[in-house]
Amino acid sequence: MWKLLKIELFKIFKRPRTYIAFGAIAAIVFLIQVALKFDGKSYVDLLMSNLSGSFEFSDEFKNKLLNGYLICFVILNTLLIQMPLLVALIAGDSIAGEANMGTLRLSLTKPVSRTQYMLVKFAASVVYTLALLIWMAALALFGSMLIFGTNDMVVLRSEGIEQMKDFDVLWRYVAAFGYAAVALTTVSALAFLLSVFAENSIGPIIATMSIVIVFTILSEMNIPIYDKTIKPYLFTSHMVAWKGFFYVKADAEGTTINGSIENLPAVLRSLGILVAYIVLFFSTAVWVFRKKDILT
Amino acid sequence: MGSIIRVDHLTKHFRDIKAVENLSFTVEEGQVYGFLGQNGAGKSTTIRMLLTLIQPTSGSIDIFGMDLQRHRKEILRQVGAIIERPDLYKYLTALENLRIFATMSGIKISGKKLMDQLAMVGLEQRAHSKVKTYSQGMKQRLGIATALVHDPKLIILDEPTNGLDPQGIADIRNLILMLSREKNKTLLISSHLLSEIELIADSMLIIDKGKKLVEGRVNDLFDPAETVVELKTTNDAAAFEKLSGSDFREFVQQRRNDCVLLKLHRNRIPEVLKELVRMEVNVISLHSKHSLEDYFLSLTTGQPHVEALKN
Repeated sequence: MWKLLKIELFKIFKRPRTYIAFGAIAAIVFLIQVALKFDGKSYVDLLMSNLSGSFEFSDEFKNKLLNGYLICFVILNTLLIQMPLLVALIAGDSIAGEANMGTLRLSLTKPVSRTQYMLVKFAASVVYTLALLIWMAALALFGSMLIFGTNDMVVLRSEGIEQMKDFDVLWRYVAAFGYAAVALTTVSALAFLLSVFAENSIGPIIATMSIVIVFTILSEMNIPIYDKTIKPYLFTSHMVAWKGFFYVKADAEGTTINGSIENLPAVLRSLGILVAYIVLFFSTAVWVFRKKDILT
Repeated sequence: MGSIIRVDHLTKHFRDIKAVENLSFTVEEGQVYGFLGQNGAGKSTTIRMLLTLIQPTSGSIDIFGMDLQRHRKEILRQVGAIIERPDLYKYLTALENLRIFATMSGIKISGKKLMDQLAMVGLEQRAHSKVKTYSQGMKQRLGIATALVHDPKLIILDEPTNGLDPQGIADIRNLILMLSREKNKTLLISSHLLSEIELIADSMLIIDKGKKLVEGRVNDLFDPAETVVELKTTNDAAAFEKLSGSDFREFVQQRRNDCVLLKLHRNRIPEVLKELVRMEVNVISLHSKHSLEDYFLSLTTGQPHVEALKN
């Protein structure tokens, strides 16, 4: 199994197009970091404008605000919307790409069971997704920490602001990236499932993105009837729950409780739903593939 | 010699299309078994069922005395195959491709042995070139190397000479004969070209519309010396008339616009030529076609070769 996984990873990382995603992430992170390095104050003023009626912020506070932790939060907010496309590029190509190249039929004449083949293919997609996230973490979190330094972190919400001590932030990022890995694996599993039905990779990639876009729009829409009937069942509604790690509890005086998460059960429930989707998508893909006649 | 492949009442339907119908045949150990049929006759579907790429609608397949469905892995460990085109990873080198399929076949193989494998198909000089730079013939040879990399007992080649030039066809033919004679492999080779199969096969099966037409040893199925001759002269009408009135009248089959067709034993061709010279018929060309082709066409089109040529 390990040998087969090594083969899959070798094939993925030998293709130049694999590195497009890494390049795209590096470019976006770099552009955001440069912009905030040179004009961060305007950005903070813009962020604070909604709250300036209720609170008075000193310049010193604003300067403290613009640190590596906040920059990483901004980047995560921006990139985690685009990442599904990058993940679908590889997962959607997993089976359909092999069918298109004609290598699927040769591979399946080897003494490897179809279930094993699917497990290895999916595991390779997951490793690729993790590699992308680690790359993103290295640039967005550690890169920003180096460029902007660290300090207390402030997250703005519609209801107010969340403030965390600098020593209380890093573990939240570890948790958030871990959650993002599960969220992106859900997209990967969807693209992988669609890949089983197609004989070229464009179809599954476009179909995955269409589903993600439609579901995201539905998740974001403020239509009361959808709140209980549709939204809780859409995986996209749960993909953004990583932000929950940055919402903290406060004591009776309104002081932040270090190491706390405001609504951990909700975050864990969302995580469970995403895992259930992954299992559903992957097991369906295996079930279909085991029965499929290979005609390409 | 035991049987390596035993196919029993194999059937495959794709909804309303009957691709293979009640097909049974046996391939013995050490044989080169020709699997013949026109395009669309059901050869590739049958081969895909032998390799578990397609599930049969009904019937059974035993390979090496084991049921294919229940012992898939054990069987496929000893089988090497090319199905139609030898599609490989074009962005990888020949050596990388070979290593991938060797690993998938469950064997550990050294770099030297991989190079030996490439040398066997004449690709050692291009081992480190990406497959996208290969010609069709080179891809075909590399495909054969991937099929042989784990030293299988049974080799299944589906249309192995498709798209090759005459030299490429000859190379593949020689390789097949070497595998059979020197390495004692059992080979099942499909083709729609009878001329190709008759040069290498011990036994053959001809199918049409998914059904078996005939199976047997090549020498038992036809007289290899029987031949159909296409004779072109400066005046075909006169040649036809003169031959029809000569001692060779029984061999004259038909006069077409551009030639006269004769069917006779190969040994008698010189006598016919002498007679034509004696009758002052100017011969432009004489082209001999094997009677097996005639036999094949008569089976698969329902009319003899000479009849088919008339159309």
